[in-house]
Amino acid sequence: MGKNKTAETSRRLPERPPETPPARKRDSLVVLKHVSKRFGGNYALRDINLELQKGEVHCLCGANGCGKSTLAKIISGAHRPDSGASIEIGDNRYDELTPQESRRYGVQVIYQDLALFPNLSVYENIAFEYNLGHTRLYRRERLRRKAREVLDELAFSINLDERVENLSIAQRQQVAICRALVAEAKMVIMDEPTASLTRVEVNHLLDTVRYLKSKDITVVFVNHRLNEVMEVSDRVTVMRDGVLVGTYPAKDMDEERLSELITGRKIDFTLKGEAWATGKVVLEVKDLSRAGQYQDVSFSLQEGEILGVCGLLGSGRTELALSLFGLTRPDHGEIRVDGRPVTLRNHRQAIQAGISYLSEDRLSLGLILKQSVADNMVLTIMERLKNCLGLLSREKRRQTVAEWVKRLDVKVNDSEEPITTLSGGNQQKVVLAKWILTNPKILILDSPTVGVDVGAKSSIYQLIHQLAREHIAMVLISDEVPEVYYNCDRILHFRQGRVAGEYRPDSIGIDTLSEVIGNG
Amino acid sequence: MSNRSNFWVQLPAIGLPALLAASLAIFGLLLPGRFWSVGAFESMAFQMPELGLLTLAMFLPFVSAGFNLAIIVTANITGIFMAWLWVNMVPSDAGTGLQIFWVALGLLGAMLIACLIGVLIGSLVAYVGVHPILTTLGFMTLIKGVGIFITRGAPVSGMPPVVQFLGTGSFLGVPMPMVVFILTALAMLVLMNRTSFGKYVYMSGSNINATYFSGIGTHRVIIGIYVISSLICVLAGLVMNARFNSARMGYGDSYLLLTVLAIIMGGADPLGGFGKVGGLVLALFVLQIISTGLNLFGVSQHVSLAMWGAVLIFVLAAKFFNRRYYLPWAQRRAAGPDSCSV
Repeated sequence: MGKNKTAETSRRLPERPPETPPARKRDSLVVLKHVSKRFGGNYALRDINLELQKGEVHCLCGANGCGKSTLAKIISGAHRPDSGASIEIGDNRYDELTPQESRRYGVQVIYQDLALFPNLSVYENIAFEYNLGHTRLYRRERLRRKAREVLDELAFSINLDERVENLSIAQRQQVAICRALVAEAKMVIMDEPTASLTRVEVNHLLDTVRYLKSKDITVVFVNHRLNEVMEVSDRVTVMRDGVLVGTYPAKDMDEERLSELITGRKIDFTLKGEAWATGKVVLEVKDLSRAGQYQDVSFSLQEGEILGVCGLLGSGRTELALSLFGLTRPDHGEIRVDGRPVTLRNHRQAIQAGISYLSEDRLSLGLILKQSVADNMVLTIMERLKNCLGLLSREKRRQTVAEWVKRLDVKVNDSEEPITTLSGGNQQKVVLAKWILTNPKILILDSPTVGVDVGAKSSIYQLIHQLAREHIAMVLISDEVPEVYYNCDRILHFRQGRVAGEYRPDSIGIDTLSEVIGNG
Repeated sequence: MSNRSNFWVQLPAIGLPALLAASLAIFGLLLPGRFWSVGAFESMAFQMPELGLLTLAMFLPFVSAGFNLAIIVTANITGIFMAWLWVNMVPSDAGTGLQIFWVALGLLGAMLIACLIGVLIGSLVAYVGVHPILTTLGFMTLIKGVGIFITRGAPVSGMPPVVQFLGTGSFLGVPMPMVVFILTALAMLVLMNRTSFGKYVYMSGSNINATYFSGIGTHRVIIGIYVISSLICVLAGLVMNARFNSARMGYGDSYLLLTVLAIIMGGADPLGGFGKVGGLVLALFVLQIISTGLNLFGVSQHVSLAMWGAVLIFVLAAKFFNRRYYLPWAQRRAAGPDSCSV
């Protein structure tokens, strides 16, 4: 932690780690010194020193739980740092900021859930602050005019009167950015802005960020994904376990180095290579169609095979998965499991037939957040945990949970604590355990690593490979091309509800594949 | 983590038992000889079960993040059915065996009615997706209207001796209504903690969509919740019949929201998903002690009602204080030495 020492000796100067390039001299907007934050007995942040400059794009990177979100919240005033901290903003020095002070200095945060009013219109959302700040009277036309101006300025095409709940995630994010601009933001902090965007939408976002930068607005990305935002970032600050690892110029950073810094170890991507498919076909889908969702989908899947399904959001991949899991009924076509045609009226029948589905939405469909780790894990097999009296056996429950916590290497102190106490990767392992416990023949994994940090990702991949070795057939649906490329035996490309192509990782390069899929 | 520091974190769990002990001690001191008497405790044990059974009936929907406004009217209507059957069918000189036969038949019929009500409410909530408060508001109004129309608002009186025994008799020194309540509470305890159904109720209460996506038939669980809730109402109706020696629409009306008070005081989460049968029972005891104690002072019933409200507000304030200030302090204290050594 050599940098901290530097900070102490040059307390009166804007702190600047040695690695920082003097490329373009910029004034600093926010300077944090000796910021620590404890929750209960655990340090979320430990003596952080960070400088954010005017008009720079700064990427705050780190694994889940490394403290990057906490740091963002200290800047926005949502969290108070422990005593001893100093926050310089504007020309003033504070021990801690209130949300009001922070906003007054133009700090705007765009949270992952975007914090919009879903039942209000686009213009009402955009001009919300404007309304508060300038007049107590609600003047519809003024609000609309202001919203129109900002939308035009950023070249967003969104209907002003549409209710926000009817917008796509990308459009909602645009509304949130507009709202920040209306509030005269000097700094926009975006928490995981690309998490649920497709490549095209990400490009659009990056254009917007470039524009903000040209207006001398500081943009801070809080991110754990490695790729996209690096394109527009000036500097990258990496955090690990509540400690600032370092701040680096973005142009010197590549994926490998960054993931090494984030996890503290080296990860190398290699082709899966080995195949565990046994040749025995467990799932056959023939000409399956459902109006407006997917058309004439046919494929087969062998025991131990991992089939990747790639395609943009809305290309029909999740919709197909829901039908395979019995939650929606296909209009026509046939599903065969072990050679026998099956009709899946509901998901209970699907589970009985040996098909399990890990939802893409871990937080609201995969987990029951407030409930315990143990209950989340055994929820699917409650009926199996009975003793001779037909009552739930605490012993069986305890044993099952302990066994799977160990087998999947779930980092948990007490499995009776709420599952929210776990990191994203460990939460996902619990969801996986829940489905493995149902003894599936076919496991559909819908975006299993969304919101999971780099280190935990590779352990989930290892787990998937392990399951394949145990002859479970898997369908791996993902937005991320590398994810399917490096983990699957075959890849289906979905486009507009149809299978547009089938690829094998050993006969196509990842760049070619990315291009094919990224073009929709 | 040492045991001593853990102690402070665990401490708030004794809040409710402490409140119970405190109320017992305070009334014991203020009313020497009168409060700590067989008579006082007997009267408590006769009074509490009505509210107690109705609270159990509300508990299950409440934990599932639902609500059942129809508990009182379900108890009334099934009570009236049983009373009507017994008044008209049981000969005045019937032997115990014949009485028990008719009582069982009456209970069976009442349970069928309750099942019907529960299935209808549950189906509307589960399949149509109407909010439980609205659904049960509808059923409450419907059943109340029908019940008053049939009885013209008059009580149906004259229970067979066997039923009267349920209201006034004792078993091993425990008043019969209390016996019914304790058995029901025990059954509820087992249902909630040791059956998959109970687990599904908790899980659905926290996040019904995720529970559904885990392959649980949540629709059936919801229907089951309202059926069981209505069945417990039959027991409440039976106990009321026995205690008043009559049945009438409107008996127990004032209990409707008091059940919620007892549930919240017992530690259940207003948002659903959490709540313990034990906490609920303790809360009921505290409320009954306050009510009986004040009654012995000769204070108006309305004052004791006000006291209940005050106790609930006190409990909620204590919970807030606990979560906001005490627990963080205790956790820091518990984790303090550990985190410094990291």
